[in-house]
Amino acid sequence: MADRGQALWSDGSLMGNPLVRYLLTLRRLWGTSLAMQFEYQANLVLEVVAAVANLLGSLLLLSLFYGQGRALGGWSWPQALVVLGVYTLLEGITSTWLRPNLSTIVGHVQQGTLDFVLLKPIDSQFWLSTTKVSLMGLPEIATGLGLMVWAAARAGIKTTPWLLIQTLLMLVASGLLLYSLWFLVSTTSIWFVKTWNATEVLRAALSSGRYPISAFPTAVRRFFTMVLPVAFLTTVPAEAMLGRLTLPWLLLSLVVACLGLALSRAFWQFALRSYTSASS
Amino acid sequence: MRNTAFSSRALRSPKVSPLHPLQHGWRVSRALFASQYALMLEYRAEILLWALAGMVPFIMLAVWIQSPAGAALGMGPTQLARYFLAAFVVRQFTVAWVMTVFEEDALQGRLSPMLLQPLHPFWRYLASHFAEQAIRLPFVVLIASLFFLVLPWAFWVPTPQRALLTLAATFLAFVLNFLIQCTMACMCFWSDRVNALERLIYIPMLFLSGTAAPLEAFPPALRRLAEATPFPLLVHFPAQLLSGGEVQIAAGFTALAIWIAGLFLLMTLLWRIGVKRYGAMGA
Repeated sequence: MADRGQALWSDGSLMGNPLVRYLLTLRRLWGTSLAMQFEYQANLVLEVVAAVANLLGSLLLLSLFYGQGRALGGWSWPQALVVLGVYTLLEGITSTWLRPNLSTIVGHVQQGTLDFVLLKPIDSQFWLSTTKVSLMGLPEIATGLGLMVWAAARAGIKTTPWLLIQTLLMLVASGLLLYSLWFLVSTTSIWFVKTWNATEVLRAALSSGRYPISAFPTAVRRFFTMVLPVAFLTTVPAEAMLGRLTLPWLLLSLVVACLGLALSRAFWQFALRSYTSASS
Repeated sequence: MRNTAFSSRALRSPKVSPLHPLQHGWRVSRALFASQYALMLEYRAEILLWALAGMVPFIMLAVWIQSPAGAALGMGPTQLARYFLAAFVVRQFTVAWVMTVFEEDALQGRLSPMLLQPLHPFWRYLASHFAEQAIRLPFVVLIASLFFLVLPWAFWVPTPQRALLTLAATFLAFVLNFLIQCTMACMCFWSDRVNALERLIYIPMLFLSGTAAPLEAFPPALRRLAEATPFPLLVHFPAQLLSGGEVQIAAGFTALAIWIAGLFLLMTLLWRIGVKRYGAMGA
């Protein structure tokens, strides 16, 4: 397998290195993917409008829980805005990275083209998770990051390098966890071919990440920490940004992200064992 | 002699003899519903997932019940639970997805044969929506039962009067949502990317309809703004009727009637102009 891979990439001396090979493949794939999107520039304008409208709606909804000395789950208004910023950022990442890639799995299974993916001299999970990149989520990524930084400043947080490293680390962990959840749900289409809507259910459940986890009743809070780890997606990175994340939680978040990735990997390999190609 | 008798009977067979328009309409709608029901039954797993994807009211209930904002609104936990369950149920039966199917039919060229039939394509979509609702019904009953199993104190039976009014309001809300979607779908004649528009309309649907918060919680100015749009009629009005909340019944039904009539006219007009422009995909 390694020999064949090398033979296919024999035009450069560095190609023998798997990491370089994967990175160069990525560059090529993303280039084509982006070039295709510049065909539809009007869509991008609409996406900016949608991102702004979505943010306004979320702000309105959140503001209903504030005023007259009320607070949401012990979080002040600017602190809760940091959570909303993380949520918006993750929504953007979903439209830029997760949806364009993982929504194709169903189609591959249905039309039998998954066979071609499996035959490529490249890891199938890597291929299915990274081939496409969309510009659609960029407005949301920008507004999310902007809101996080602005709200943290309003909450009186002084950004130190350590704080930034911590936040970045937690955002990466949260992004990887989000990827794992999406990948797990998308993988089920190997068995239940017709489930385009499964990711919509996940998306609806994850909309609880708009609010800090302490805004929920105890039973729901437990569910969103231990069963569907929404707490690690938005609340934990927000805590890091606000400089009040304790070391155990930081480590736990990293462990959860790694577990999620390992689980998605194991589940994919398990699913492939029962994949029998279309029409067979 | 026999031959002529036979042929005259053949002439009188239902295929040839003109049917009464009502009878004809009944047959067409029965056939449409039966075929769409069979089609939708294939997708029952998806419909269950779709029903579950409408869980946003439950998440919002969890936040509202915990927050002092609910009490400040004069809505105790019981009333909040009833409102959000009602919002969930109403939303299940007012969903419309004409834009998605119509765009696909137009892009794939399936629209052309449909236009040749002596039946407006939107009737077919209407039948498929009704078929989907019929399949969705048991799932909604199941989810509502589970809800009462978890929160038994929220259980209530609406008065017969309110139940009837809810049925009427939910049906009209569905018609209104269907017409909103049809009107936007007509844009397909001018642009081949209506998808993005659907994303835009989803936003006020979530924030202004009463799915995420009862409209009573809005600041007065914002509430008036929301009520100037058709969105609260889609969820908030029927949900308040069902949950036994305070609601202006006559005003709600009047607004529904006005919006439905206006959108129907607009949709018919856009369709007439649009279909003349239509040159099939690729032409």
